[in-house]
Amino acid sequence: MSSANTREALDVASLAGDILLASGAEIFRVEETIDRIARAYGVETSDAFVLSSGIFLTAGSVKEQDFARVRHIPLSAARLDKVAAVNQLSREIERGMHTPEEAKERLILIQQMPQKKNRTQVLASGVGSGCFCFLFGGDLIDSMVAFAAGLLLYLYLLYLVRGRLSKIASNITGGALVTFAAVLIYEAGLGHHLGEIIIGSIIPLVPGVNFTNAIRDIADQDYIAGFVRLLDALLVTFCIALGVGLVMIGYHKIMGGPAL
Amino acid sequence: MNLRLILEFGAAFVGTIAFALLFQVPTCYYQYCGLIGGCGWVLYKLVLPFSTAPMATFYATVLVIFLSRLFAVRKQCPVTVFLIAGIFPLVPGAGIYWTAYYIVTNELEVAGQKGFMTFKIAVAIVLGILLVFEFPQKWFQKRTH
Repeated sequence: MSSANTREALDVASLAGDILLASGAEIFRVEETIDRIARAYGVETSDAFVLSSGIFLTAGSVKEQDFARVRHIPLSAARLDKVAAVNQLSREIERGMHTPEEAKERLILIQQMPQKKNRTQVLASGVGSGCFCFLFGGDLIDSMVAFAAGLLLYLYLLYLVRGRLSKIASNITGGALVTFAAVLIYEAGLGHHLGEIIIGSIIPLVPGVNFTNAIRDIADQDYIAGFVRLLDALLVTFCIALGVGLVMIGYHKIMGGPAL
Repeated sequence: MNLRLILEFGAAFVGTIAFALLFQVPTCYYQYCGLIGGCGWVLYKLVLPFSTAPMATFYATVLVIFLSRLFAVRKQCPVTVFLIAGIFPLVPGAGIYWTAYYIVTNELEVAGQKGFMTFKIAVAIVLGILLVFEFPQKWFQKRTH
């Protein structure tokens, strides 16, 4: 295999790895996909080392050209559509359906896949909050209040925060905001179970993706990545609790602590 | 009680799909995510009267992961796509809230109980995930004879 081809093949493999890792795939899947694409293009010596925030990819032997790449990939929000698309593409590459150039074009298209519209996400956050409030024991009116608080939460996150606040700050303020909204509506006389309303409306903040991925990474013996993701999940949980707690303290100071 | 259970299945179904949307799951998989989330929750509620919350969560997690792996193999798509939204109804959001609440109201003993319960539920989810991922892949494939 010529050196230019080796380079192109590994470019494709590392780009696929980038997208997977940034979109919330497990470490095991990232490593396996990089290896599979490299092998499918005939690169025998590639070796990938993947952490939760970076990819190290090298290749080279007497026969093959040396190749080394380090990529830093910050922890970010889940994009499971991209994970599914890269997975599909990697299957097609293994069947020999794409040259490296074609594959690279496809990957760039995948990277630019649009998110769901903001409006849709806001609505989903509201619906999710309402449904979960009902599951945790709220009645229909409680669920409507949680629906409103959930809408407000994503309006805040998508339009006001827009990534300008750190993860810690946006989770504390997000938790505080929904608690404040829930308390306000509850005090206005709507809703019967304040606790269930708040539980429903903080659910969109709960770090389910990172928690689940952390456990799976640890199970695959990717301890470093697993513990980084677990730490991230615990930190976010703590921040939510802190946001809720701060508002509750204020509420109890003013109202003298109603029975919940 | 039965009507409430049916309604809760619906709420878990719709709620799971809402979270699938937030995690940008491809639209064609929504119904499977919803089904997994709904089944997991109903099993949790059915087991709960005869058991404790961590045990019920464990059984429900096992079902959720099992179904996720089944659909992943059948639809040739990463298991993460089904798993993450499907497990959401079981995540102890209530535990987090009540722990924070009792810390704030300075009832530290109750807060400790709630916090420990939350931890036990999290461990139950972990054990459920670990167990089902140890099952061999061929259990999930279609028999071809």
